[in-house]
Amino acid sequence: MQNLWLIPALPFLGFLINGVFGRKLPKAVINIVAVLSVLLSFAWVVKVFMTAGDLGATPITEHYFTWIKSGEFQVGWDFSVDKLTMIMLFIVTGIGSLIHIYATGYMAHEEGYYRFFAYLNLFMFFMLDLVLAANYLILFVGWEGVGLCSYLLIGFYFLKKSATTAGNKAFIVNRIGDFGFSLAIFLIVVNFGTLDFSTVFQAAPGKPTETLTAIALLLLVGAAGKSAQIPLYVWLPDAMEGPTPVSALIHAATMVTAGVYMCARSAAIFTHAPIAMETVAIIGLATAVFAATIGLAQNDIKKVFAYSTVSQLGYMFLGVGVGAFSAGIWHLMTHAFFKALLFLGAGSVIHACHGEQDMRHMGGLKKYAPWTCLTLACASLAISGFPFTSGYFSKDAILSAAYGHAPWMYWVGVITAGMTAFYVWRAFWMTFWGEYKGHGHPHESPPSMLGPLVVLAILSIIGGFMFNVPRILENMFPIAEGAENMTLTYISVAFGLGGIALSYYMYVVNLGLPEKIATSFSGLYNLVYNKYFVDEIYDATVVNPMIEGSRAVLWRGMDQSVIDGIVNGVGTESRGVGGILKLLQSGNIRSYATWVVIGSVALILVMGAMEGAAK
Amino acid sequence: MPDALQVLNNGVPISWYLMLSAVLFVLGVAGFLFRRNIITVFMCIELMLNAVNLSFVAFANAHKQVSGQIFVFFVMVVAAAEAAVGLAIILTVFKNRATLNIDEIDSLKN
Repeated sequence: MQNLWLIPALPFLGFLINGVFGRKLPKAVINIVAVLSVLLSFAWVVKVFMTAGDLGATPITEHYFTWIKSGEFQVGWDFSVDKLTMIMLFIVTGIGSLIHIYATGYMAHEEGYYRFFAYLNLFMFFMLDLVLAANYLILFVGWEGVGLCSYLLIGFYFLKKSATTAGNKAFIVNRIGDFGFSLAIFLIVVNFGTLDFSTVFQAAPGKPTETLTAIALLLLVGAAGKSAQIPLYVWLPDAMEGPTPVSALIHAATMVTAGVYMCARSAAIFTHAPIAMETVAIIGLATAVFAATIGLAQNDIKKVFAYSTVSQLGYMFLGVGVGAFSAGIWHLMTHAFFKALLFLGAGSVIHACHGEQDMRHMGGLKKYAPWTCLTLACASLAISGFPFTSGYFSKDAILSAAYGHAPWMYWVGVITAGMTAFYVWRAFWMTFWGEYKGHGHPHESPPSMLGPLVVLAILSIIGGFMFNVPRILENMFPIAEGAENMTLTYISVAFGLGGIALSYYMYVVNLGLPEKIATSFSGLYNLVYNKYFVDEIYDATVVNPMIEGSRAVLWRGMDQSVIDGIVNGVGTESRGVGGILKLLQSGNIRSYATWVVIGSVALILVMGAMEGAAK
Repeated sequence: MPDALQVLNNGVPISWYLMLSAVLFVLGVAGFLFRRNIITVFMCIELMLNAVNLSFVAFANAHKQVSGQIFVFFVMVVAAAEAAVGLAIILTVFKNRATLNIDEIDSLKN
């Protein structure tokens, strides 16, 4: 017994303490409760890892209680740990701890301090439940829970209209995905009679391809919602309204990767549904290139990184879609390192510039915030796929797998890699090089924020060859045979370096050039700058018809006419009938008595007649 | 020579008693319907009750069963209680309205 339940239970305890008593507690105590609960959880993960033995051969499964029992169908509250879960546990608790520490510095002067940490701990609880789950329903509980926490934290500054709207948007768009996911779960129940991963995956090869394709495609709908893939990616850029540590933890490192994790977990279903796999790959690739182009022209530092996240998630789906599940998970891990770092660094930059997020009002920060500059450089190198940084290994694994699947996917991926390098370094140069163009005096962040940055920077650089995920997961996801094609690697590295060089040329050497390009290709530039007007298209085609339809049909048609009509009609009719009947109540006792007499005489006559008829 | 009780028991057929009872009851009903004075109406109610009492004892005697007579006692008790409460109500009504006309006491109408 490894007591796996402790891993999510500890953050939940932190949530209870901070959530219930936080208002009265001093900040120091809130810090200790919030950070310690996650650190202890991390420690327990380490302990499980040390004592569990070979997880590849024998996954640990623990059954706590039976949740649902209905005839043959049974769902237990089961946790299970294999190597894939172990990697996820390390990512979630490790990066979670770092971001909690960072947040104690970043949020120090904010209102609702205890509320923030209570939500953050609650998020950790649900996320750990999600990765530990041993069946789809427990996974779904965590899945919905992280969505709830995401909503709460995006709308953390709830006095700001844009923040609450963004929270609603995230929640509603996720509902669409979760609807698909729940349909997939129903299909699994119908076809497999159980939700337990082990049973389902063992039985999966024997099922008809059509069934598996339907299940896999519906799972993909869920994953696309949670992991911000086309067409449901629109909520993630808006989610940047939340505090920056939230963006780093939930909307970059952990929650948004849940879709990738779920697809990798369901590999047994996906591998037997080639059409679904192809769809995953194409959606991933399309999202990667689409979001990357939008990222090229954004000026809000967090928006750049948000589109970058969407794009990198697209890479992970590409990896999963071409069958390189372990490469997808590898990229998930390295992305968690460098994207969390990018966001935390962006938070540090925003902190330095007194809340400014527009990169055009930054610049020259390398002098004022050297540590932030250095760590962000590490992250930017990693995401650009600079040789031997973490991103280099994972991206290369995905791209070579894509080449093995279909060469054109490789080429699109490589071009995207070039764009990625360009926009990340564009953000870097605009922020740290040149002259400071903002207001006030920028200043370096406190040590509680810089510490996590340094740790993540080290991980971003060495995380790739330190944790060779495909080797770790070898017995779950066999590594595709085939000679290492170094040419492919050279090409993708060249594209990355080219992107860096181009951004250096455009944003450091020849500063007027971006402006000139923007004016000479103003149509294209406006299209990209306005994110292809996707939000506007969704508003026009889905959101507004929905609102108008609800108003006309559901509100005025159904609610006001039919439902109110029935209720009010019954009332009016009763009143009318009563108005007639009340005339009987004359108040005249003698008339009542007359009725009584007439009634009794009539009764006697009837009874007499019946007596006569009976004889 | 038969004594008076025997004459009553055997000489008078039950239909006579019942006819008398019916006549009394109809008189009570007619009085209730056509008189306006509350006291009169009240007395008519008593008349109806006693008409019923009469048929009770007549049947009890005819069938040699005591339950009819027991019923009569119950009716008497109820009539006494009703008289006590009813007269009190009539007194109060008269005090407040200065009338005993039953047609004017109709504030519960509609």
